[in-house]
Amino acid sequence: MSERPPGPTPDGEERPAVEGAVCPTPLPHHERIMLGHGGGGRLTAELIREVFLPALDNEVLQRGEDAAVLELTGSLTAGERLAVTTDAHIVRPLFFPGGDIGRLAVCGTVNDLAVMGAVPLWLTASFIIEEGLETALLLRVAEAMRTAAAEAGVTVVAGDTKVAERGQVDGLYISTSGVGRIPTGRNPSGSGIRPGDVVLVSGPLGDHGIAVLAARGELAFETTIRSDVAPVNGLVEALYDAGVTVHAMRDPTRGGLAATLNELATRSRVAVVLQEGSIPVRPEVEAACELLGFDPLQVANEGRLVAFVPDGQAKAALTALRAHPLGPGAVVVGRVEADPAGRVLLETSIGGTRIVDVPAGELLPRIC
Amino acid sequence: MKHLSEYRDAHLVRGVLREIEGLVSAPRVVMEICGGQTHSIVRSGLDRMLPEQLALVHGPGCPVCVTPLEMIDRALAVATRPEVIFTSYGDMLRVPGSRQDLFGIRAAGGDVRVVYSPLDAVAIARQEPGRQVVFFAIGFETTAPANALAVRQARDLGIENFSVLVSHATVPAAMRAILGSPHNLVQGFLAAGHVCAVMGWWEYEPIAAEFGVPIVVTGFEPLDLVQGIRMCVRQLEEGRAEVENAYTRAVTREGNRPAQALIAEIFEVCDRKWRGIGTIPASGYRLRPEFAAYDAERRFEVGDVETEESAVCIAGEILQGRKKPTDCPAFGAECTPDNPLGATMVSTEGACAAYYRYGRGTG
Amino acid sequence: MCLGIPGRITTTFERDGLRMGKVDFGGVTREVCLDSVPEAEVDAWVIVHVGFAISVLDEEEAAETLAALREMFDLEEELGERS
Repeated sequence: MSERPPGPTPDGEERPAVEGAVCPTPLPHHERIMLGHGGGGRLTAELIREVFLPALDNEVLQRGEDAAVLELTGSLTAGERLAVTTDAHIVRPLFFPGGDIGRLAVCGTVNDLAVMGAVPLWLTASFIIEEGLETALLLRVAEAMRTAAAEAGVTVVAGDTKVAERGQVDGLYISTSGVGRIPTGRNPSGSGIRPGDVVLVSGPLGDHGIAVLAARGELAFETTIRSDVAPVNGLVEALYDAGVTVHAMRDPTRGGLAATLNELATRSRVAVVLQEGSIPVRPEVEAACELLGFDPLQVANEGRLVAFVPDGQAKAALTALRAHPLGPGAVVVGRVEADPAGRVLLETSIGGTRIVDVPAGELLPRIC
Repeated sequence: MKHLSEYRDAHLVRGVLREIEGLVSAPRVVMEICGGQTHSIVRSGLDRMLPEQLALVHGPGCPVCVTPLEMIDRALAVATRPEVIFTSYGDMLRVPGSRQDLFGIRAAGGDVRVVYSPLDAVAIARQEPGRQVVFFAIGFETTAPANALAVRQARDLGIENFSVLVSHATVPAAMRAILGSPHNLVQGFLAAGHVCAVMGWWEYEPIAAEFGVPIVVTGFEPLDLVQGIRMCVRQLEEGRAEVENAYTRAVTREGNRPAQALIAEIFEVCDRKWRGIGTIPASGYRLRPEFAAYDAERRFEVGDVETEESAVCIAGEILQGRKKPTDCPAFGAECTPDNPLGATMVSTEGACAAYYRYGRGTG
Repeated sequence: MCLGIPGRITTTFERDGLRMGKVDFGGVTREVCLDSVPEAEVDAWVIVHVGFAISVLDEEEAAETLAALREMFDLEEELGERS
């Protein structure tokens, strides 16, 4: 870097008057994130001012305190509880059809709160950025988070930024936490499922997993499938507004519906029996699964609700979900029985039965 | 999906099942040779819908399961090398060698990549001229044309940083080994539909004649499977021992001639060790001498590795249809998909893994 | 050993001396090597295994088999033999 004379710069900042080789004051408005942006000094302030505040703009963030000070509208009354959750988000590529890491981060956290019956209120977001990431890309992510937060009706009230050396982080990681308020009378729980309950899903399965896999390009297939990433708290409110008793809810993510149902079956010590013919899967997702040898039940989702309700309320629940923009594809996919406890079974389309196992881990295409 | 969903029609499948029920008059043992067929049968629940007297046993049709432990260890040794990009079909990643698997190599910093097609591996070699791309060329005859083509393309395009680790197995020799065993219980075979799409079925005619067993070329969807089973059972009931084709939409007697020529251009038949069974003569493919330059075993000089199989494992007997996974005392106990002791639990297509995952015998 | 699924050829082209095609599997498309199915043209259905077409699907044969089965079992229903 060349030397520059001391004195004011064109935009009015003072340069230090130091003799000899000196690292000049960095120029503002950088195209790429540099280590200095995570240093807590001027560059960090610039990043907050130029990227995060414009995108996530709200009164709390504008105060710029070390912690967000938040007031509850009305204090917590007896019986009301808070829900708190945290999550980290790593996805490649950062932008994929239907979404991006920012949207994923907001929706994922909102959904974790929503399935506990909570009204999501506040989110925090912590960014770990790889040195060299394009600033414009970071701005897009922040804007996507604003859009998602607005959809969900939540506010991002606190944030943090760190920059890691090039190669230490894959582009960008986001870690979030969320707080929500659970109205009295709502008690959905993984251990609350009962024999006789009915299992509902809000829409087709596997969209997100296939969309991201296609976007990665490693398996070289093309599809028009878009990720289903979305906040499901609206669907949850629709259920409660309709007076439905909800025994349990989840938003199935990695590992698909198979992972979620196995977890719940174990926790509630019941058997979940699915009907293969009822499970909604888009034709393109089915085609991708056939090609690669995947089970759609094991493919990730990011915007679906699975709910367990008493048999007699299935109709009301479906009506409520289907009336919501995210739920026109809501269907009953199975029922709950007492035995065999802890198992998830599938009644196959040809009339057989098999077990739906916990997925092994990473979904790998097979030749067999 | 067109040409797929029609073969999952419950009404038709049940119709054929009723026919099978009506045909079976004595205990019958039929073996299906293809891991894909095993998978489909257990996934659809078909194995539990067949008449009691009909025993459907699973053969050594899983190229992953029958890949010798030494070959896996060699693959791991190659994958560890810093200059290597190790490419493989997804199935192989979880297969443990003597000490670890390809996943573990990746976690330790090895460049291990899953590809859907061997041509994708050749493309990677082109994109990364400074690295050595090795492709783990496993499979039966179905996969051989594609694997062969990758080698031919590398030669034709002058891609020198590409090589293959070959572990191919062929079906007819394995069938003979099973039928020729003094303990054999198998009375009829469902031949692997896609192996036959490539190779035809003419190779099975002498086997049917020599051993007096019916062999029916069968597809993979539930309707294809019950059709194949029905035709096989009918032959057994009528005392016939012929080769028939139940997968007519995809298979002809001669098979795919261009594909066979491609295989013959790159590979030659050789003896091969089958994990759990032992060496079966003329049951594998290796690169022809003129393609030796593309042999990863030579290029990387991976020496012999000490391997040891579990003493408890009865995979050999399961692969030959003499025992079922549930007959094994370790099944579901010490031996699970997460901690496989032997060949048949190692791959999701292996009989033990399929039984475990789809819940047969685990309560 | 043989995860092969049927797909329809939508275009054919040559690359690096190989006959290739774009194959539609019902909403998902992939490039497939058609080197071993020289007779397969656009709109033909092929069985694809690891990005390689291993055989041409005989649609007539498929239709005949299904029709025969449907006739057999629909007839059974008519005759009241359904259990």
